[in-house]
Amino acid sequence: MAMKVRGRAWKFGDNIDTDVVIPGRYLTLRDPDEMASHAMEVVRPDFARMVKAGDLVVAGRNFGCGSSREEAAFVLKRLGVSAVVAESFARIFFRNAINLGLPVVECKGVSEAVNDGDEVEVDLEGGVVRNVTKGVELKCTVLPDFLMDFVRSGGAIEALKRKLKAQA
Amino acid sequence: MMGKTLAEKILSLASGVDAYKGDIVVVNVDFAMAQDGTAPLAIDAFKNMGVEKVWDSSRIALVIDHNAPSPNEGVSKLHKMMREWAANQGVRLYDVGEGVCHQLMMERGHVKPGKVVLGADSHTCTYGALGALATGIGSTEMAAVFACGQLWMRVPETFLVVFEGKLPKGVYAKDMILTVIGKVGADGATYMAVEYTGTTVKELSLEGRMTLCNMAVEMGGKTGLVAPDEKVTEFLREREVTDGYELLASDEDAEFSEKLEIDAENLVPVAACPHSVDNVKPIEKVEGTPVNQVFIGTCTNGRIEDLRIAGRVMKDRKVKVRTIIVPASREVYLKALREGLIEAFIKAGATVCNPGCGPCVGTHQGIPSPGDVVVSTANRNFKGRMGCDEAEIYLASPHTAALAAVTGEIRDPREEEP
Repeated sequence: MAMKVRGRAWKFGDNIDTDVVIPGRYLTLRDPDEMASHAMEVVRPDFARMVKAGDLVVAGRNFGCGSSREEAAFVLKRLGVSAVVAESFARIFFRNAINLGLPVVECKGVSEAVNDGDEVEVDLEGGVVRNVTKGVELKCTVLPDFLMDFVRSGGAIEALKRKLKAQA
Repeated sequence: MMGKTLAEKILSLASGVDAYKGDIVVVNVDFAMAQDGTAPLAIDAFKNMGVEKVWDSSRIALVIDHNAPSPNEGVSKLHKMMREWAANQGVRLYDVGEGVCHQLMMERGHVKPGKVVLGADSHTCTYGALGALATGIGSTEMAAVFACGQLWMRVPETFLVVFEGKLPKGVYAKDMILTVIGKVGADGATYMAVEYTGTTVKELSLEGRMTLCNMAVEMGGKTGLVAPDEKVTEFLREREVTDGYELLASDEDAEFSEKLEIDAENLVPVAACPHSVDNVKPIEKVEGTPVNQVFIGTCTNGRIEDLRIAGRVMKDRKVKVRTIIVPASREVYLKALREGLIEAFIKAGATVCNPGCGPCVGTHQGIPSPGDVVVSTANRNFKGRMGCDEAEIYLASPHTAALAAVTGEIRDPREEEP
C-alpha cells in the first residue's frame, strides 16, 4: 500500500470508546458489511453511510479506549478508512489497528488543526500530517519498521504469511 | 544497578532480558485466554495463518461467558465453532454457566504470580491482584500467541497509587478505584502499569484487590498490579497451586513515573455517572436519583464478598426496581447458595441469572430501555454499553447498588449498616 494516505477528515472528540465505534450488540453479526454499517452510529449516525474509501478519522485523546474488541479497528478498515489520526490512542486499539493493517498516527495538536470535512494527507513514513484545506503541517509519530511492515502487508497475518513464504 | 518495578521484574523474567520501562521485549506467555466475544475471530485468524497445532494446549483456555447461554442462532454457531476447535486442539473450554472468564482464570489456578498472562479481553488486567502481569490483547494477536506462545510488549512505566489508612464504613474497593479514575481521568495511565500499594491495600481482601486491578484499564492502564503476599499464596494453595511461581515486589529504589497518594480515611462512597467512567461524583451529589434497574455482578464486583454485602442489605426486604444478580462463577454461585444469599435475593424479588457476564456487555439478560437509570457494579458506563444508547448507567459498589434496589433510588450507603 501507499505510504501516503489522503482523504476527507471525519472529526471526533476525546475518549471515543470501542462501544461507540462498534456497539457490543453488533459483534455477533457475521456479515462484515452489515457490522460495519453500524460503525460510530452512537455518536454519528450518518458516518458509515457517508464515509468514502480513503477518508481519515481524526480524533482527540484516548481514541479506542475500552473493550479489546478487534472489530473496532476492523469496521473502520472495512469502510475504507485509510488512517486514524488522534492526539493519543488507547493501547489495545492501537495494537489491534496495526495488526489489521489500519494505520494509526499519533499527532499532537491534530484536533485543533483539522476541522470536520478538511482534506488531510498523512505521510506515514515521513511523519507528517498535512491539512491540505488549511495549508497547515504537523509532525506525527512514525511506527517502528517491524510494525510498519504489518501496515504495508495489510496486517499481521499477511505479514507473517509473506515472511513464511520468503523463508520457504 | 537501578532498582526495578514489579512490572519490570516480571517482564525481565518473561523475556530473559534485563528490561526497563520503554524497552520493547518479546515475552514468553505463561497462559492465554479468549472468550466467546473474541475467540471466534482468533480461531479464524489462527486457521488463516496455516498453523496446525497450538503452541501448548495446556496453557490455553477458552471461555463462553459473554453470551451465555446463547441468545440466538448466530451466537450458537460461534459457540459450536469454539467447542469444535477446542476439542480438536485439546484446549480446555469452560462452557455456559461456568462463569466470567477472569474469575475462572484465577479460581481454576491458571494465573501464577510473577508470570505473563494474556487474554483477549480488556479486563484481563484483573489478575494483577495475584501478582501476575496480565493484559488484554486483540484476536489477531491472540492467534499469534496460540501459535507461538510469545508476544512483543513495551515495558510499561509504573503509576504508583498509595492508599494509607482504614476505609470508613460504607466505602469499598470500588469507591477506591472509582476515586482514582475520577482523579486521573480515562487516559491518565495510558500504557502504564498501575501498581496499588499502602496499608489499605494490604488490608484489602484478594477480592477487593481484584476490583482495583480490574479497572486499571478504565484509566488506560496496561495492567493493574498488587505485590503478592500471603493472601495470594493461601488463595493458590486452596487451588492446589503450590509451586512454579515467584512472589516479586518493586524495589525501593525503583523508578515510578507517577505517584498518587490517597488518604483512605477521607474517602467517601462515589458513583461514576453517565456516560464515562471518569465522571466520578460523591454519592451525596446524586442522592435521590430515581432508579429503574439494578445490576450486581461482573468481573468487577460479582464475587462472594460482593454478594454477601448485597445479601445483608436485601435480606427480609423487597426490591422496588428490577434487580438482576449474576454470580461471577459457579464456585461463587454455590457459596452464595450455601450461605442462603440466593434465597434472600429471590425472596426480595430479585432475578438471579446464571454465572457469566450477564447484561454488562449489552447483548442479553437485562437490556435497559431509553431513559432508564441503571445502577451497576460493572466497570463501564459508556453510552450504549448495556445495549441501549439512551440509558443512563451509574457505576457503584455492591452496597450502593443493593441499597438502590430496595429503595428505588440512589442512596448514601453510610446511612445504614449492611
